[in-house]
Amino acid sequence: MATLASRGATASHDGDAGRTLNLTLQVWRQKNATSAGKMVTYEAKGISVDMSFLEMLDVVNERLIARGEEPIAFDHDCREGICGMCGMMINGIAHGPERATTACELYMRHFRDGETITIEPWRAKAFPVIKDLVVDRGAFDRIIQAGGYITAPTGGARDANAILVPKADADAAFDYAACISCGACVAMCPNASAMLFTAAKVAHLGHLPQGQPERDDRVLRMVEQMDVEGFGACTNIGECAAVCPKEIPMDVISYMNRDLLRATRRKDREAKTSNE
Amino acid sequence: MATTIAPPTVDVSRRALGGRDIVLDAKIPSGPIEQKWEKHQFEMKLVNPANKRKFTILIVGSGLAGASAAATLAELGYHVTCFCYQDSPRRAHSIAAQGGINAAKNYRNDGDSVYRLFYDTVKGGDFRSREANVYRLAQISVNIIDQCVAQGVPFAREYGGLLDNRSFGGAQVSRTFYARGQTGQQLLLGAYSALSRQIGLGNVDMYPRHEMLDLVVVDGAARGLIARDLVTGEITPYVADAVVLASGGYGNVYYLSTNAKGCNVTADWRAYKRGALFANPCYTQIHPTCIPVTGDHQSKLTLMSESLRNDGRVWVPAKAGDTRAPHQIPERERDYFLERKYPSFGNLVPRDVASRNAKEVCDEGRGVGPGGRGVYLDFADAIKRLGKRVIEERYGNLFDMYHKITGENSYESPMRIYPAIHYTMGGLWVDYNLMSTIPGLFVAGEANFSDHGANRLGASALMQGLADGYFILPYTIGDYLANAKLPKAETTHPAFAESEAEVHARVKRLLGIKGERTVDSFHRELGHIMWDYCGMARTDAGLRHALAQIPQLREEFWQNVNVMGENTELNQSLEKAGRVADFLELGELICTDALNRTESCGGHFREESQTADGEALRDDEHFSHVSAWEYTGVANTPALHKEPLEFEYVHPSQRSYV
Ligand SMILES: Cc1cc2nc3c(=O)[nH]c(=O)nc-3n(C[C@H](O)[C@H](O)[C@H](O)COP(=O)(O)OP(=O)(O)OC[C@H]3O[C@@H](n4cnc5c(N)ncnc54)[C@H](O)[C@@H]3O)c2cc1C
Ligand code: SF4
Ligand code: FES
Repeated sequence: MATLASRGATASHDGDAGRTLNLTLQVWRQKNATSAGKMVTYEAKGISVDMSFLEMLDVVNERLIARGEEPIAFDHDCREGICGMCGMMINGIAHGPERATTACELYMRHFRDGETITIEPWRAKAFPVIKDLVVDRGAFDRIIQAGGYITAPTGGARDANAILVPKADADAAFDYAACISCGACVAMCPNASAMLFTAAKVAHLGHLPQGQPERDDRVLRMVEQMDVEGFGACTNIGECAAVCPKEIPMDVISYMNRDLLRATRRKDREAKTSNE
Repeated sequence: MATTIAPPTVDVSRRALGGRDIVLDAKIPSGPIEQKWEKHQFEMKLVNPANKRKFTILIVGSGLAGASAAATLAELGYHVTCFCYQDSPRRAHSIAAQGGINAAKNYRNDGDSVYRLFYDTVKGGDFRSREANVYRLAQISVNIIDQCVAQGVPFAREYGGLLDNRSFGGAQVSRTFYARGQTGQQLLLGAYSALSRQIGLGNVDMYPRHEMLDLVVVDGAARGLIARDLVTGEITPYVADAVVLASGGYGNVYYLSTNAKGCNVTADWRAYKRGALFANPCYTQIHPTCIPVTGDHQSKLTLMSESLRNDGRVWVPAKAGDTRAPHQIPERERDYFLERKYPSFGNLVPRDVASRNAKEVCDEGRGVGPGGRGVYLDFADAIKRLGKRVIEERYGNLFDMYHKITGENSYESPMRIYPAIHYTMGGLWVDYNLMSTIPGLFVAGEANFSDHGANRLGASALMQGLADGYFILPYTIGDYLANAKLPKAETTHPAFAESEAEVHARVKRLLGIKGERTVDSFHRELGHIMWDYCGMARTDAGLRHALAQIPQLREEFWQNVNVMGENTELNQSLEKAGRVADFLELGELICTDALNRTESCGGHFREESQTADGEALRDDEHFSHVSAWEYTGVANTPALHKEPLEFEYVHPSQRSYV
């Protein structure tokens, strides 16, 4: 995680407080999954630099309703970068310009007065648009349902300290488990690949002793589901990791590829022996 | 249509809708406290394994409580249907919990035990919780950690590979397990993975983007619910043998809180209106260290971990109206008010004490930042003493978060913090089996009135949610189903038709008002009333004022709200409107409860009831009970039922921090 000190403070509050921006927004409006959408231009005047990006949209929506127009639909819940519900392309970048930042944690002080901002939904075959900026990310859940877990029914667990996990492994597992399932990786990838998301889970569970028994099966099933859902192939472009708000590294993809290769070989071997 | 349901054979006499003869039987098993749960587990009836799949259980919510219950019940063989309003069960608000989860593992050998966790929780709750429940919670806490580790939850570890612990929220032992500052996320992902496995196996039908809008009660028992598909607007009845509400807390009645934007009371409220009792609604928890409001646009408040108070010093200018920048205010013109008033605890006084004092200095005109609602949390001394590196290691991610939101660098100038609503201890009344006053309706997690009494200790909500879902409901629901002998239910029963028609009518009404004001503007106004008159400090006059204002606001809402769009597609204004409509009723109940409870206890501070040091002064003689309210109609005063509390093991004493 980059720290504040290494990143360097940007705008300081003292000089900034109370400053407002006049912005032009170009927003994707689409009534529902079946109708065609289009970009619509809105003026957003007097936007405080202390607003989050979503609060800016709230203000715009309040004004739209006052004018008798339908508010812009967008997904959000925690508004603190952890639930993974929010997500939109802001000026062509998933979650906007700030590194390691979700749309809900993005603040308006990062925009210039007079700026035009384009706002669009995630675009991927596997994430159909539901309305405006809201998309269906159910495919991610189905990838997890296919095998992204450790089988550990309630009741059978032994004492937690009976399983020793080296600190380095535990820390790595945590880093990969930090994925919030937002879908930015898919949205930013020219191939709309879900490799970063899937591999993050494979790497999380693969780094733990508890994750070993199902390791081969897990990767085979998750990758198979990924293909069923219509995500694209990975060509190592790296846009996914660059926009990932949780900084999941590209390494997880090679980790998963190694696991996949091993699992596939083993499966082939087993198929052969059973055929003999 | 002909009814297909005969009355259930369970005893429903205690409910008698509209009647006044409710007996709040907590059903606490007999025997010594440490044996109650085991004895009860043995005495509960089991459902024949072959029969389990014939039973359908509906679970509203996929947070820690809901997801753990859904997964475990499905593992046992029941047919489970689970709902959440987010687009994925993994996004429930539990995901946002930061600090950690308590368990009496005593891995540190520092004197912790089940009894100590029990004792601390009863005392921390200011003697307003049920001893037997709390003891069971402490017992189960150890199993939770085992279960989570087995699922692959990456808790913090030491170099030797063992689990790490920390002390949290002023506890004298290190019993808190954590996963960096994202414990809730990792625990929820553990429960979500177990739930996902069951969905994949076809044992759970998961309905994301669905909102429960009514409970269906047939012949006195909970037999189903009505849910709206948030994408298509379709309103559908679901039939079941038991219903579990694990729908979270109601902190958003204050508009601004640390809760996720969608958190709501609708599921609890619908059940309340169908006859479940609502217990202790006025017990709300305020967290002292949140980032202050910057303006009217503010949509939520962000919690900064309590741990910051270990090294940060809280202060405000000594003089009212001092607008100088913090570094221009010399030492002698600063007031380190917590250190001054509480010399032995200083900045580490409990949440409620720290919060009230911050409010007090702001009320005196000494608050800092926009609107004067903030106090400084200053790390300058800690940085001088320990070096910037150490502070960065300890709190780097929090300083980063603060910077993202405010644009300010807390290594150079002090943070500004202010209290915010964080958690609600109140909720639907449940007995020892977590069953409400409606047979077959179980309530878990933050949605029930829980084990925290009048004040929850840090790192205990995650523990409670998972205890309820993994280890309690799977037993107690089985016992209910084995005893209930429920007749077959069908959606053709008139009770379903009635509930469904009501839901349709309400949606239609909301869309038809087409008034002048947005839903948010009503929500904000309600939040102001609640915060000003039923927030950190409450008075008789203030509560009466709120009780006069809320019904007026509600009236205006139903005349003048503008809900755009249609029912037949994703309509976020409509979703919000329904939730705010319920908050407009709940707010009144909270104030009624707060007015009724003339004592102070835990998070409920009545200015009229304080010690000479300004501490919350309980009135055990008159208020050693749970206040459980019965719905009697929107415009009517709800009926109060009391469950007396008895303390056999931990004897009530007065808190003191001076
Ligand atoms: C910022 C923050 C930090 C916290 N940190 C800690 C901590 O460190 N330690 C600790 O112990 N506790 C902490 N807490 C408290 C704790 O996180 C919560 O009390 C707990 O997670 C609640 O879990 P739950 O399962 O009861 O409900 P939730 O996680 O809130 O889940 C509610 C579920 O119900 C669903 N739902 C709600 N209404 C409906 C409806 N009408 N229809 C369909 N579905 C519905 C939602 O979709 C969701 O799935 C924190 C809370 C906050 C706000
Ligand atoms: S890998 Fe990163 S970008 Fe992709 S879903 Fe997870 S958190 Fe979002
Ligand atoms: S709203 Fe939760 S991550 Fe943005």
